[in-house]
Amino acid sequence: MNDQFDIIVIGAGPAGISAALEADHHGASVCLLDEQASAGGQIYRNVSQSTPARTKVLGSDYLKGEQLVRDLRNSGVVHRTGVTVWKVGQDGTIAYSKEEFATQIKGRHVIIANGATERSTPLPGWTKPGAMTVGAAQILMKSAGIVPTNAVLIGSGPLLYLVAQQLVTAGAPPKALVETQTKTDLLRATRHLVPALKGWKQLAKGLQLIAAIRMAGVPRFTGATNIAIHGDEKVDRVSFEANGKNHSIQVTSALLHQGVVPNTQITRSIGLKHIYSGQQHCFHPVTDLFGQSSNIVFSIAGDGAGIGGAKVAALSGKISALNAVCQIGKIPKSKCETLAAPILKKRSAELAIRPFLDAAYPPPADVLRPADETIICRCEEVTAGNIRRFASLGCKGPNQAKSFGRPGMGPCQGRYCGLTVTQILAQETKQSHDVVGAYRIRAPLKPITLKELASLETPKEPETVK
Amino acid sequence: MNPESSSTTAETVIIGGGLHGLSTALHLAMRGMKVVVLEKDRVGRHASSANAGGVRRLGRALPEVPLSVASAKIWQDISDLLDDDCGFVSSYQVKLADTDIHLDQLRDRAKQVRAIGFEHEEMIDQQTLRDLVPAVSKECIGALAVKGDGFANPFQTVRAFYTKCVDLGVVFHQGHGVETITRFADDWVVRTAKHTVTARNLVNCSGAWGGKIAAMLGDHLPIEVRAPMLMITEKMPHFMDGVAGAQGIPLSFKQFPNGTVLIGGGNVGQAYPETNETALDYQGLALSAATAWRYFPIMENAKIVRCWAGLEGFMPDNIPVIGKGYQDNVFHSFGYSAHGYQMAPICGKILSELIIDQEASLPIDAFDPARFRKNSRENGSETLEKFAS
Repeated sequence: MNDQFDIIVIGAGPAGISAALEADHHGASVCLLDEQASAGGQIYRNVSQSTPARTKVLGSDYLKGEQLVRDLRNSGVVHRTGVTVWKVGQDGTIAYSKEEFATQIKGRHVIIANGATERSTPLPGWTKPGAMTVGAAQILMKSAGIVPTNAVLIGSGPLLYLVAQQLVTAGAPPKALVETQTKTDLLRATRHLVPALKGWKQLAKGLQLIAAIRMAGVPRFTGATNIAIHGDEKVDRVSFEANGKNHSIQVTSALLHQGVVPNTQITRSIGLKHIYSGQQHCFHPVTDLFGQSSNIVFSIAGDGAGIGGAKVAALSGKISALNAVCQIGKIPKSKCETLAAPILKKRSAELAIRPFLDAAYPPPADVLRPADETIICRCEEVTAGNIRRFASLGCKGPNQAKSFGRPGMGPCQGRYCGLTVTQILAQETKQSHDVVGAYRIRAPLKPITLKELASLETPKEPETVK
Repeated sequence: MNPESSSTTAETVIIGGGLHGLSTALHLAMRGMKVVVLEKDRVGRHASSANAGGVRRLGRALPEVPLSVASAKIWQDISDLLDDDCGFVSSYQVKLADTDIHLDQLRDRAKQVRAIGFEHEEMIDQQTLRDLVPAVSKECIGALAVKGDGFANPFQTVRAFYTKCVDLGVVFHQGHGVETITRFADDWVVRTAKHTVTARNLVNCSGAWGGKIAAMLGDHLPIEVRAPMLMITEKMPHFMDGVAGAQGIPLSFKQFPNGTVLIGGGNVGQAYPETNETALDYQGLALSAATAWRYFPIMENAKIVRCWAGLEGFMPDNIPVIGKGYQDNVFHSFGYSAHGYQMAPICGKILSELIIDQEASLPIDAFDPARFRKNSRENGSETLEKFAS
């Protein structure tokens, strides 16, 4: 064991940075672990190194991250960058690799702030070169300044508009927005509109984005179905149905997005309790208001606990840090509650828009119940039809499915297909998502080399068998 | 009685739906017997799926050699038995030596096997080894080898046995563990929460839980449950066909046809048979990684994508319990101590012979449960009284 800390925070996005700063402020020794070379998470990726031109494309919200990163630099937080956390033990022991060398550290309390991951979008052709998630396209823009041209954006949700507008600003307007949400979805969402008005600033921003996209002359199709991505070696065409007509668009890239879901690889691996949210169509770990999970050693902050966005994440980070420093005795319970009260209030105001967004931009049937021939598990090339066949042969859950046809057993460790496999099996077996469950996740949480694993502890020379 | 429960009669009830239970059920059904299998979880859920898939005669404990050799013959034509090749790749298994001491130990071993009349284990020199396994470390100076050994796919094997059993009319009740076992006239009555099965013969193929079931039958057999760990890499370019172990250090190393490399060899995690859970010991895995890297330098930067462990029953002498129990018409077949996969085809046949012919066609005295019976007799009478009531 190399190091011990009062608090270890995993992930340096808005939730993780805020949590680390708050815990540091209360006198705890804090170690912040992050996979990227610089702090910011997905939303503020690379923010401290951004050029003025790139910042213009990415907008003012992106710059808000700068202040957080500056505060982090001036704090007492031990910030370890470029590390891959590959094991989290139930007692707060964490193993990570950095530059091909594995280390173990231990925290008295661990705040998991590993954020969200993009929902998989299993549509016909989604695995072809040239098809990628909107998030992946954003990473290219933020860290390499590469802008996808001749793109069509497919899916639904606020991020789709943001990236479309960013592409317009970068001088590479997308050829079209192919949106899957329907008028019915929007109508259904309106019953959440009154509480959502508390989040009017966000709504206004969304409307501004849509106006800017329209101004740039980018065609929008809504209620799109039967979407398919075509091309022999790489993507060259996208086809779909909208407004009762068939459409076909020549493209060089297809950018896919169906919102984000909590990244539960770590929380699953520790065996924390999870529950399926029908509103967000995904699993999230069970936490109390303070982010406390079912294991006393772990809090969860940010989108990893349930999708709320960057502002909610930053507030959750602070709240979780208060919970953590209270758990380890740095502040009394009463003080924790007093300090948390105004932040909790602010957070619930920020969360007011969620039910509206979740209802207005639901993942479409094509994604929740993909057609039989659509590939679900891209590592092992298992289709939705395969999963349905396993169910007809008596397969009741994702772990059992592995023994039928290897879904989730490739290098992505089930990240792409996990949720979809659960959803298909729930439908086929008429069980609830919670009963069907999810893949059992075990370390290494990310693939690591033999050399890295071997370096964990210099193995003793075993005795020769006589 | 629970209104939802069912009641079945059979000639033989098998407790445990792992490979040994399945193989026993299959061989009995092939001879026309009516069989019910009770499985507390689901068929092949534990060691039968979580094992490394090694099909190996090499290095067997001497009493196991005749059985293992006979099983190898069944494996060579496994499709004839199961209409499925089980992913069996017949290539070789080698046990590597990197010191003269290890080489001498392997030579002695080869002699012992020849002394009991078997020729399949042969020494190979460094050059032959390098021709056979080009990726092996230059430090390796020779090996003990068996040609025709290899590996198969555990999942596929479980499914093949299960499907064939179902085709032959074997009845399976899965998802409920055995709660009571009682005597009714000359029959055994086995109850789970959902099912009651009455049968003349009872076979205990409960693997890691074999000791627990045996105790319910008055046989107190000293089993220890452990959790052998395995890890698998990303797909790599093809570099070997067979399976390698090493003399003097735990290692089991093979590349599957899909390119992934499986590393095991006996380092264990923690076993929690009451809850079906296992925990991994990362120091142990680090040791396995270091060993694999040492014998196969090509592995240095191979990426490990998954690690897991399965629950397995080990006997103190590391050979299984195969034979009659203390009470009438009770048969045990468990405690294979992490090397039962290859033996499943033959051991099911042996059990079917014991049950139908009262006699096995191969020597099984060394596996007699009676070898542990000193304790069993003391406790046995007391248990018998309980069952008699």
